[in-house]
Amino acid sequence: MKTLMSHAKNINLVLGLLILLSFLVLMILSFFYTPYDINVMNVANKLKGPSSEHWFGTDEFGRDIFSRIMKGTQTAFFVGTLTVTIGVIFGTLIGGMAGYIGGWVDEVFMRIMDALMAFPGIILALMLVAVFGPGIVNTSIALGIIAIPSIARIARSGFIQHKEFEYVLSAKLIGVKPFKIMFRHILPNVSSPLIVAASVSFGVAMLAEAALSYLGLGVQPPNPSWGRMLKDSQAYLTSSPWYTYAPGISITFMVLGFYMLSNAIRDIMDPRSN
Amino acid sequence: MNENEKLLTINNLKKYFPIKGTPFKKKAGQVKAVDDVSFHIFKGETLGIVGESGSGKSTLGRTILRLTEPTDGEIIFEGTNLEKLPMSKLFDYRKHMQMIFQDPFASLNPRMRVGQLVGEPLAVQKILTKAERTEKVIDLMGKVGLPKEALTKFPHEFSGGQRQRIGIARALSMNPSFIIADEPVSALDVSVQSQVLNLMMDLQEEFNLTYLFISHDLSVVKHISDRVGVMYLGRIVEIGPKKAIYSNPLHPYTQALLSAIPVANFDSKKEKIQLKGEPPNPSNPPEGCAFHTRCPLAYERCKLERPGLAEQGDGQYVACHLYAGNANESIESSNDEKVLVLQN
Repeated sequence: MKTLMSHAKNINLVLGLLILLSFLVLMILSFFYTPYDINVMNVANKLKGPSSEHWFGTDEFGRDIFSRIMKGTQTAFFVGTLTVTIGVIFGTLIGGMAGYIGGWVDEVFMRIMDALMAFPGIILALMLVAVFGPGIVNTSIALGIIAIPSIARIARSGFIQHKEFEYVLSAKLIGVKPFKIMFRHILPNVSSPLIVAASVSFGVAMLAEAALSYLGLGVQPPNPSWGRMLKDSQAYLTSSPWYTYAPGISITFMVLGFYMLSNAIRDIMDPRSN
Repeated sequence: MNENEKLLTINNLKKYFPIKGTPFKKKAGQVKAVDDVSFHIFKGETLGIVGESGSGKSTLGRTILRLTEPTDGEIIFEGTNLEKLPMSKLFDYRKHMQMIFQDPFASLNPRMRVGQLVGEPLAVQKILTKAERTEKVIDLMGKVGLPKEALTKFPHEFSGGQRQRIGIARALSMNPSFIIADEPVSALDVSVQSQVLNLMMDLQEEFNLTYLFISHDLSVVKHISDRVGVMYLGRIVEIGPKKAIYSNPLHPYTQALLSAIPVANFDSKKEKIQLKGEPPNPSNPPEGCAFHTRCPLAYERCKLERPGLAEQGDGQYVACHLYAGNANESIESSNDEKVLVLQN
């Protein structure tokens, strides 16, 4: 692996970092300052197009959309990060053990995963949120649990393939402990598809959060969330399209940024790519 | 070097792989990859094991190290029975028994640097400090002919022969007395093969190693081995000193194998023995002698009775009814003529 500067030609890394850093700056800024108060309504000013006063226009209550997008960055990062973290950690752990140990461990773990997968994701999230109460943390945990099975499947197939490779036999032979073989030897070699799956589930999480918020179970109003804004804006799609553009483009760029960064990380981690 | 000191004794080793059946018929059968194999290895020698692919050579090597659990039989290493040792104690013995793998591209973790790869066995044992470890790694790299600069490189930056040297250094870092080499040169170019073989022979002298050398290449085995065992369908059909096996093969299968070695001398009238058919399915080996379906000299007894290894003098053992003393005399005499024809 070379120094960070030598990766300056990696377009995925540069663009991905640029996008995510801008969102990060917006998020940090939004803790201290937004151009307008995000919750003050001004009905006389509703559904105004973009102008120098309101960069992204105003919504149906006359609130400044740019301010709400800024504040919504917090929700997006929080939900996405927590969901992906839960999904990747438990998915890799479960899938890795199922694949590497095999036998009844594999059967038990993967049948549980099948049961989770067979359940429509949003219904499961609804159920979990209904039981544990609405709110951003519970929503993220529910979405994280939904993300586990698909990541576990990818991890399992990688571990099954690699556990028969001679480098694993060789590690066994010199007395490396099974847990270390799994996570120090095999995991780095099967991480590429996992990283991509993680970045995809980041986008899925943000959209699912939007759906849950729409149903009143995710982020509670009046706190802004991009997904919620997207849902709210669809009623005014023909009359005020800019209302839709702001959250839509934000979600697109956020997912794109994560996708590019994860691709770049995957390339940098692979010693053969240089 | 004491010629008569046995380092490893294998008694009636068996490894059967179950064939997974349908839900209605749980056990569909088994593949007898290693079927009742017995031999021993003396300290400091090289025992070559030859056989066609699917004859169970690699499984034999892996079963001896218990990388796959044996179905039955004994593995006695320096007086200790390994086949029943719990895993925790097995590691103490694996220090003395290492393996060099066939594919130098698959046997080195592509995400680890050479220094890590060679030093890993030392790190696992936790007997040296980090500085001592680095020193030992550099020393080992020198022994196998790799430059010091290789330490921080990744395996993919090396050629096949160099990678195999890394694999050898990795095996050596455990200070083993016994190394199983599973087709160590079959993935390499011919020009590199001899370099690696000679390195292995030099190291054998320096560290007083004992090798079990598995290969399908008869000329490679001839180059490195002191004794040679021939495997067919999970069984050893003939085993003995290299000279005896190569100059006076007794088993019809060995004779056929040796006759297939290409010779550069066009004047020599060496008749090639053509074996008919394919090797039988190891999940359903023939009754009696496993070779009788393809053996040009087979007779009635071969179909009924499985021959055991019997000494034919000078440490050469063969599992063939043709050489059994109590065989029917008329058949024996008629077959003797055929043997002479074959050995021509």
